[in-house]
Amino acid sequence: MDIIQILQYSFIQKAFIAGSFVSIACSSLGLFLVLRKMSLIGDGLSHVSFGAIALGLFFGVYPMYVAVPVVVLASILILKISEKARVYSDAAIGIVSAVGIAGGVILASLSKGFNVDLFSYLFGNILAISTSEAVLSIILSAVVILVLAFFYWDLFSATFDEEYAKTTGIKTNFINTLLTALTAITVVLSVKVVGIMLVSALLILPAVTALQISKKFKTALLLGGVFSLASVICGIIISFILDLPPGATIVMLNAIFFALAFTYKKI
Amino acid sequence: MNSIVEIKNLSVSYGATKALDNISCDIKKGDFVGLVGPNGGGKTTLAKAILGLLPSASEKISLFSQVLGAFADYSKIGYLPQKHTGINPLFPATVAEVILLGVLSTKKWPKKIHQNDWRKVDGLCESLGLSNLKDKLISELSGGQQQKVMLARALVSEPELLILDEPSTALDPASREDFFARLEELNNQKKTTIILITHDTGYIGQYANKLLYIDRKLVFFGKIADFCQSGDIKSCFEKSGQHIIWHQHK
Repeated sequence: MDIIQILQYSFIQKAFIAGSFVSIACSSLGLFLVLRKMSLIGDGLSHVSFGAIALGLFFGVYPMYVAVPVVVLASILILKISEKARVYSDAAIGIVSAVGIAGGVILASLSKGFNVDLFSYLFGNILAISTSEAVLSIILSAVVILVLAFFYWDLFSATFDEEYAKTTGIKTNFINTLLTALTAITVVLSVKVVGIMLVSALLILPAVTALQISKKFKTALLLGGVFSLASVICGIIISFILDLPPGATIVMLNAIFFALAFTYKKI
Repeated sequence: MNSIVEIKNLSVSYGATKALDNISCDIKKGDFVGLVGPNGGGKTTLAKAILGLLPSASEKISLFSQVLGAFADYSKIGYLPQKHTGINPLFPATVAEVILLGVLSTKKWPKKIHQNDWRKVDGLCESLGLSNLKDKLISELSGGQQQKVMLARALVSEPELLILDEPSTALDPASREDFFARLEELNNQKKTTIILITHDTGYIGQYANKLLYIDRKLVFFGKIADFCQSGDIKSCFEKSGQHIIWHQHK
């Protein structure tokens, strides 16, 4: 089967388009998260999305509609816990993440009916993305990318030196909340692409790969997008041809890109 | 004369520890104030309070005759922080981009950078001898070079008030002379108000016209000439006070 034939399948087309938008949102956001040493927030929020998806399935509501607001709220909760309760942010992520998983497990145990659905979200399958999911992914990813573009310099300044950014009138608390809320939305969208277990890889790997070889922030942003997009497009094709799970294939391709960039830097 | 920074009965505590206790002073346009005191005496805390980094202090401070809580024109303030050791070596920011961050205080959302902003950056790079470094990564520079970049960042918005927290520590002697000559020029020609935190009493005597000495409480605020004639100079500086007196009589 050649590439042209593969591209004619509508489910492949949907996966390409939705995956492309999500991958660029992930890599753009991921660069800010990595540089702010907040990489693990993606991991924590993906665990919360497990609980939120379980909540949606439990009440018979479309899981993504429940997951987006619940995970956004959880992201704000992480910020508030680290600010108000004098807890380091990694510990705050750990608390909220554990509550998310525990909630999901309890709901799964209570329902006894949707375990198969719930566990399908653990590893995702972009090839099984529905039209409504693809449309939601495209719209929300576009929103994330546009917000990042409009707040580019505020984010750049607050990431480089938060205290100095405050002295130039940048509302850094708002910027931090915005960044975590955007991360929450992106995490939920990425669940369909690579699954709950691998979401953080889609946020972290393209960014750290780009940072290996970039000498400018904008170049890192661009290269991160290229690596992320290439991994999703190639991952979908390879997984289809070789009958491999697409999420894991995408993540492995990202890891290969990182290894290549690291080697290139060392040469 | 216009009041630039007015502080009334400011106290700041970190938990049970009082960092500042009932500080009051009025810094006027064109003042060059040496902010001095022992380690842990509250100098940096006072600078941060003036910059609005301590929200609890915002009602006790007025900037440009406006209560700090309501103050919004941050382009009038330039700040050079104490330490740059926290620069993230992974952050791929060039020297020009870092200097450009100082321009953001002049922008309203959505912040757009124009050619004119880059021209300002180029001009400052040229006058500070940073032109050949402007495309380099900030993390690749030496401590002294980074200090110059941070000074350029503080100056790029052409502020009316400059707050400098131990700015010359990483500079070599020649760069230090250039640095203070530039501050003097700004103070004399543009009437830029300067608050300089330093332990270097020689430079205070040479360039500052007012002294603000705090040791959690206000010990002295006024003209350096008055300070030299008071008994405070001996108790505050012991032998190093001679540097101030020497420069005053030069």
